[in-house]
Amino acid sequence: MSWLDICALEDINPLGSRIVAGPKGDIAIFRTSNDEVFALDDRCPHKGGPLSQGLVYGKRVACPLHNWQIELESGQAVAPDVGCAHRHQAKVENGRVLLTLNTATECA
Amino acid sequence: MKKLKLVMIGNGMAGVRTLEELIKLAPDLYDITVFGAEPHPNYNRILLSPVLAGEQTFEEIVLNDLNWYADNGIKLLLGRKAVKIDRKARVVVADDGSEAEYDRLLIATGSNPFILPIPGKDLQGVIGYRDIADTQTMMETAKTHKHAVVIGGGLLGLEAANGLKLRGMDVTVVHIGDWLLERQLDVTAGRLLQQSLEDRGLKFLLPKHTAELLDNGEGRVCAVKFKDGEVVPADLVVMAAGIRPNSELAEQSGIACNRGILVNDTMQTYDPRVYAIGECASHRGIAYGLVAPLFEQAKVCANHLAQLGFSRYQGSVTSTKLKVTGIDLFSAGEFMGAEGTETITLSDPIGGVYKKLVIRDDVLVGACLYGDTADGGWYFRQIRENHNVSEIRDHLMFGENAIGDAGHQGQSSTANMPDDMEVCGCNGVCKGTIVKAIQENGLFSVDDVKKHTKAASSCGSCAGLVEQILINTVGGAADVKPKSEKAICGCSDLNHGQIRKAIREEQLTSIPATMTFLNWSTPNGCATCRPALNYYLISTWPGEAKDDPQSRFINERAHANIQKDGTYSVIPRMWGGVTNASELRRIADVADKYNVPMVKVTGGQRIDLLGIKKDDLPGVWKDLDMPSGHAYGKSIRTVKTCVGSEFCRFGTQNSTQMGIDLEHALFNMWSPHKVKLAVSGCPRNCAESGIKDVGIIGVDSGWELYIGGNGGIKTEAGEFFVKLKSAEEVMEYSLAFLQLYREEAFYLERTVHYMQRVGMEHIKKAVLEDAEKRQALHARLLFSLSFEQDPWKEQLAKPQLKKEFDRIALRNLEVQA
Repeated sequence: MSWLDICALEDINPLGSRIVAGPKGDIAIFRTSNDEVFALDDRCPHKGGPLSQGLVYGKRVACPLHNWQIELESGQAVAPDVGCAHRHQAKVENGRVLLTLNTATECA
Repeated sequence: MKKLKLVMIGNGMAGVRTLEELIKLAPDLYDITVFGAEPHPNYNRILLSPVLAGEQTFEEIVLNDLNWYADNGIKLLLGRKAVKIDRKARVVVADDGSEAEYDRLLIATGSNPFILPIPGKDLQGVIGYRDIADTQTMMETAKTHKHAVVIGGGLLGLEAANGLKLRGMDVTVVHIGDWLLERQLDVTAGRLLQQSLEDRGLKFLLPKHTAELLDNGEGRVCAVKFKDGEVVPADLVVMAAGIRPNSELAEQSGIACNRGILVNDTMQTYDPRVYAIGECASHRGIAYGLVAPLFEQAKVCANHLAQLGFSRYQGSVTSTKLKVTGIDLFSAGEFMGAEGTETITLSDPIGGVYKKLVIRDDVLVGACLYGDTADGGWYFRQIRENHNVSEIRDHLMFGENAIGDAGHQGQSSTANMPDDMEVCGCNGVCKGTIVKAIQENGLFSVDDVKKHTKAASSCGSCAGLVEQILINTVGGAADVKPKSEKAICGCSDLNHGQIRKAIREEQLTSIPATMTFLNWSTPNGCATCRPALNYYLISTWPGEAKDDPQSRFINERAHANIQKDGTYSVIPRMWGGVTNASELRRIADVADKYNVPMVKVTGGQRIDLLGIKKDDLPGVWKDLDMPSGHAYGKSIRTVKTCVGSEFCRFGTQNSTQMGIDLEHALFNMWSPHKVKLAVSGCPRNCAESGIKDVGIIGVDSGWELYIGGNGGIKTEAGEFFVKLKSAEEVMEYSLAFLQLYREEAFYLERTVHYMQRVGMEHIKKAVLEDAEKRQALHARLLFSLSFEQDPWKEQLAKPQLKKEFDRIALRNLEVQA
């Protein structure tokens, strides 16, 4: 598994996100209030809204288009909605945000 | 840490709701044991009538299945009736000898049907109507026997009678009062109801006193005999003559009771370790028999069981709804009228419509509707919110005028709507889908329905219809609280008003401080509460509270309006809708340079550039070199103007200049919701001032101000506010009103809804009657605005803010060793 160096943790606001231009489209990287980072394809499973523009709270993000709630860890929509945003591995090491692109197909 | 032990006696709706609330607040505080006398998990008792009528099955009305208890680690002892509470040893004993120790005890034993103390009451075939077993007995008896007598013409009795009739029995309803539902209806409506039930084949005997029940010689009832000597055949007698709080067990253990277990505002009984809730509890002398108040009690009780200790139950206004399909009946509050009240009635016996409204001191205190209950929810809200209705008195009877409501074919009544009719035009949700979701998922509030069906979750114009469907489906259990009483979101039990008050009085200046002080249940809130808190903080403490961009919706963070494909629209400000060649040239250049796919003129008299990529926003702003139009914010939008006296041959005032001046004065104003103004130069009103938050109309002798207009989802004409002489006065009064709105409205409440909530009287008092107060409001708005600057310029000037707009390119990625 190879980790890609994305940016400094400070480059993402707490409870904010940044967009990485990935090879197969944008990837959203989120930072929670306790400095964990998560990465999802920047597409809501509902109507493709840019999750990176959503409001982050706890370990969830609310899609800016129709307020679907997506779990940052799994990419799954919070019930009763059903759907899944493709996730990637992300972590913080020495103040740098690292990302591994996930090529496996997890979402149906 | 060793967990505390909580024992609950009773396994009904109120008790289990308390456990649900408790688990949300303090999931690990207690080991919970539940004694349930019935062999079933918690089910929706209100829906027994639809089950009896054959409209639903038992399986469908279960609210918490056995898995729920297991998942939450609750020890459930079914089919075991608690027979003793030993308060000294703190032990509950059941009829099979099983015991459970407690640190806290919750009594939720509900109520028992009142069985008339007459000869024959113990015969076979004589039952109450309370639980699944009674319902089963009725369904079985209907298969083998013919004659049924229901004693009691109340809600429960009529629903039982209707169900038995539908199951093929010949049903007579006996009632002691002069008319049916005398606790819910007045005599006229009661007679109308009786007539329509008779049309369905039910028979009525009233007023009639039952003397005894006769034995068929084999221990089964065969007839009912009345005090006047009349006898009617009966193979089944259902006693529905009222309920009695089931407080026997508590009474035996020495807990103070008086027609119910006495509880204080925290639902605590005489023994501080023991709480009581639901139909068995007597709060301020009232034992509630409807579900909505019990759910409110559950919330309070859970708050105290969770050791939070700050919530109070202060009684409820209740409403009722008869769940007999095809009959519309609704009553709420003091519908009977009393000394000091006035009533307005509308009576159309041929059309089968009867409405009565009861008013005391200009406030609606009760409503009774028969035949057309479409406005039941609206009246109920008026009653609960104590509005002064003197100004709408002449059209109060016609309800919340639904004309102008877009998105559902002008329908305003759901009772006769077919199942396949679309209710929510935004998300394409039909009535049948909503009813099914309510029944299958045990939903009680519009918010629940929104979550499960998406109906009313977009523009919200159909929320009233959804509320009606909810009331029609679950009756008095529907949780139809107004926003002023509702909790802000799932993160807190507090409502908007309480939160605003705390922020002001406790001088809270940041979101974390507010959440800590108010015991927020989530670490950083959610997408509903954070934007609200952010607004409350910056509007209450200008210059002190720091704006939190991460708690703003994307539009207010990007200072542009997000579109369905993730691009943005940019609308630069044109003061009063006036522009010039140089601005237009720059707009044209931007459109060319950034390949803007669409350039459109807006309804607010300016120009919209659509389809701009987020990365391009700072460049577009720079090239435009115009101020932000705030077309994306809960903020001042535009001041629309007509050309006015400068050019127009009809113009009486310089409306354009007035508009430009107002727009400059209000520039950068954040508000609870969007704010739109308009200034017209004469009563022809070309700027459409009648549908704006503040609409100004020039007349020869000065200016007229209208407030609370709205041209959106529901067209609302603004109400006349005041007539003024000079442009300076227009400025002062408009700004003062808007500051009042900023200080008092709830987040996402438009001026029209704010006005409906607080009443025009209140606004006039604050702005018109007291010059000092008005000037202070005006000054506070100016003070608040002194901290704001054009957000586009600010974003361009501060690199830290601009970062948001840069995407991290792939070429910057480096593979780590």
